Amino acid sequence: MTRYIRRAAVFCLILLVALLVNSTRVQVFQSGSLDANPANRRGSIAQYGQPRGDILVQGGPVTGARDSGQALRYERTYKNGPLYSPVTGYASQTYGSSFVEGAEDGILSGTSPLLAPFPFWPELSRSREPGGDVATTLNAGAQEAAYAGLGGKKGAVAAIEPATGRILALVTAPSYDPGDFAGTGAAAERAWRRLNADPERPMLNRAIRETYPPGSTFKVVTAAAALEHEVVDGIGTPTRTPVPYTLPGTTTRLGNESASAACEDATLEDALRISCNTVFAKLGVAVGLDDMVETARAFGFNDPGVHVPMIVSRSNFDTDMNQSQLALSSIGQFNTRATPLQMAMVAAAVANGGTVMAPHLVDRTTTSGGTAISTTGSRTYRQAMSPYTASQLQKMMVDVVEDGTGTNARIPGATVGGKTGTAQNGVNNEGTPYAWFISYAQSAQSAQPEVAVAVVVEDAAANRADVSGGGSAAPIARAVMEAVLRTAKG
Amino acid sequence: MTAPTGTPGSPGTKAPPSVPAVRVPGRRGTELALLVLAVLLSVYGYCAVGLARSDAVPPGAAGYGAGLGVLALLAHVAVRLRAPYADPLLLPIGVLLNGLGLVLIYRLDLETPHDEAAPTQLVWSTIGVALFIVFVMLLRDHRVLQRYAYLSVAAALALMILPGFFPAVNGARIWIRIGEFSIQPGEFAKVLLAIFFASYLAANGHALTYTGRRIWGLQLPTMRVFAPILAIWLLSVGVLILETDLGTSLLFFGLFVVMLYVATGRASWIAIGLLLAAAGAFVVASFEPHVHGRVEIWLHPFASIAAGDGPGQLAQSLFAFAAGGMLGTGLGMGHSILIGFAAKSDFILATAGEELGLVGLTAIYLLYALLVERGLRGGLELREPFGRLLATGLASIVALQVFVIAGGVTGLIPLTGMAMPFLAQGGSSVVTNWVIVAILVRISDSARRALPAAGPGAGR
Repeated sequence: MTRYIRRAAVFCLILLVALLVNSTRVQVFQSGSLDANPANRRGSIAQYGQPRGDILVQGGPVTGARDSGQALRYERTYKNGPLYSPVTGYASQTYGSSFVEGAEDGILSGTSPLLAPFPFWPELSRSREPGGDVATTLNAGAQEAAYAGLGGKKGAVAAIEPATGRILALVTAPSYDPGDFAGTGAAAERAWRRLNADPERPMLNRAIRETYPPGSTFKVVTAAAALEHEVVDGIGTPTRTPVPYTLPGTTTRLGNESASAACEDATLEDALRISCNTVFAKLGVAVGLDDMVETARAFGFNDPGVHVPMIVSRSNFDTDMNQSQLALSSIGQFNTRATPLQMAMVAAAVANGGTVMAPHLVDRTTTSGGTAISTTGSRTYRQAMSPYTASQLQKMMVDVVEDGTGTNARIPGATVGGKTGTAQNGVNNEGTPYAWFISYAQSAQSAQPEVAVAVVVEDAAANRADVSGGGSAAPIARAVMEAVLRTAKG
Repeated sequence: MTAPTGTPGSPGTKAPPSVPAVRVPGRRGTELALLVLAVLLSVYGYCAVGLARSDAVPPGAAGYGAGLGVLALLAHVAVRLRAPYADPLLLPIGVLLNGLGLVLIYRLDLETPHDEAAPTQLVWSTIGVALFIVFVMLLRDHRVLQRYAYLSVAAALALMILPGFFPAVNGARIWIRIGEFSIQPGEFAKVLLAIFFASYLAANGHALTYTGRRIWGLQLPTMRVFAPILAIWLLSVGVLILETDLGTSLLFFGLFVVMLYVATGRASWIAIGLLLAAAGAFVVASFEPHVHGRVEIWLHPFASIAAGDGPGQLAQSLFAFAAGGMLGTGLGMGHSILIGFAAKSDFILATAGEELGLVGLTAIYLLYALLVERGLRGGLELREPFGRLLATGLASIVALQVFVIAGGVTGLIPLTGMAMPFLAQGGSSVVTNWVIVAILVRISDSARRALPAAGPGAGR
């Protein structure tokens, strides 16, 4: 019997070896793929096991954390969610993250190696650092003024500090509260479905993710191209433009919104002030496709890689067009499309002596203790035009506000330059037109312009005849600029 | 687990000249030292959970340590009094595994504040140790059990049939539930059945081996000898299959084959056993949806994820083991509670795997292996067949049970609901395992007490 008991012992040993081999297989060789299985919730549990760091506006957090007591412990909360959602985006336990929440997730969630006191510290300690903070460049007053100005009308506002590219306001309306679906469960799923099914598309970031035909605001770009390529002798020289202007190669006659007499042979200065389509259509053709494309590109058009840090939709100026299409494109119609942020960059370029600064939303990131991790410095994006051209454009844009279509943007004690736009929408202009206004402002005490802003209003409620950049959009731009100037003074 | 093949392991056979040759060292001091270590390790684990979870030593640590210590001490005193020559490893292994199980259950209780299992488990552990003491004190000779062979088998069958009259819990009719109180009679039945098998085979082993006809090279025993034991076995496995208690039917099957092999030395029994097992498994798997489902899950643990229903228990268990990796997340730092309702019972090993890692899991496997090896060694050192068979049977119960449940939760074999000895939540299981250890202690005491008189190498 002894021999057989020994064999039974050997049998038990074989069972033990089988267990050890199999456990090693699961715990060592397969552990990577099992950890990475999307159904394995350990990743999310670790991610939400501590509160996220905050997103700051002028030093104060616009986000927070709530201990839900669930397996995914800390839920994101938002102060003034609809106001800041175009910047913060959302951090949802169910639907992932977007915008600054997504772009700076490593810092906010504490996984970024930059947060660790020493290299490889998280690997050694098997711990996660507390989430760091992200300070934005936003100006709370400007943001609020823009949101209040839109007043729930569909539209968007983007404001930039011209000399640095810091984004001071980024607003879209209608908006949503990202806190509605920050957690898990039926309520979050309901909110997400409702927001995605809403025909008003509240989750669309109209300031950076929607492009509109820029209409007459694009004339600033065309004017810059004409001056840079010396198609006109100066801003005060008559342009020898007929009214109406027949588009090259067609019999289509292009007219003007304003009295036609004023546009005939108008100077560049007058043409911009009263927004003559005829003059800029003809100038665009005179500049030529290649040079128009080059100038548009220098302002940021056709660049799919602009990120602030989230990607900004590509603004378009076609590179392959016939003469009549080029003429229409030069007045911001045909296939020309721009994000509000792109048009704010155009105004900022004029205000900043022709230099486009790279727009950015994140000023710096810090550890939870406030130690700086990284700072986003000012960076030149491109030189759109010479300083001299910029100064001429400044003069013309100031004229628009002083004495032209943009008088609604006047601010006492400040120099304001602007340009209105009313873009056709839809085939045969049957949609509601978009009201545009781009501008910049410089207070009397300041050495350089403090703010450039672009406003677009999809004003479905307004009477068609009343829709114009000067009427709907300029007052919003003025409110935003005033808010920035107030902050600068204070 | 393998027994050494040299001279008998007891140093008593090579006693120094100054000591009389008849004196065998009892090794009770070793046992005491190991018990202290086992209690300290358990208390350390308890504190580690508290420190990981709330940066503080849990308030119950002192009470837990004192309770476990007193239990261990009382058991030790009982062994000292009545089984002074017993193997010094058996009791400490039981205490350590039981203590570790309490730590794991306490740790899982933190995730389910409204469903605390650790206090109940502590009560059952106390009952288990009390029963251990009773067995060690009152059972003066294990051979007494041989007299109760037929009473054992009757009780075993009664215990197994009884749950059939109670409602099924999670697909298996293996519980007797009276109010809050529930027991799993199959756990007790396995010890009773081992006693019966040992007794019957000890009496009839010779007849089973050498009588009967040869067919196709197999020596078949006469039906007169073989029929009763086959009937008992078929009846018990049949009942279990009707109650869909897969784990226990597999265990009984394995127990029967191992004991029959050890008693008769006929490898043909293993061949027949495997053949029967394969046939039975195939039939059951095709007709019983519960079993069929288990096999499907084993083959495709992640199918439910692909189907959009989220990970099942086995997938969650594998995730837990993977999360532990080599060194584990540390006690209290894992998320094995994601496994769900059986996390404290069938899947408790996943918590060990996640929080203690492969290293800790290997240590636990080795503790079981040591327990099995010590049990088998007790059988080897004994010279009468009943004790040898009983020790082999009880050790095999532990080995098979550990393999079936550990293999199940790590995806090696299809999952069958069974309790990890000492670790898992479950009163019947803890109590039964303490009884097993008590009988093994008694057997090892008898074996080593007899050694000097028998002289070195006797009976081998």
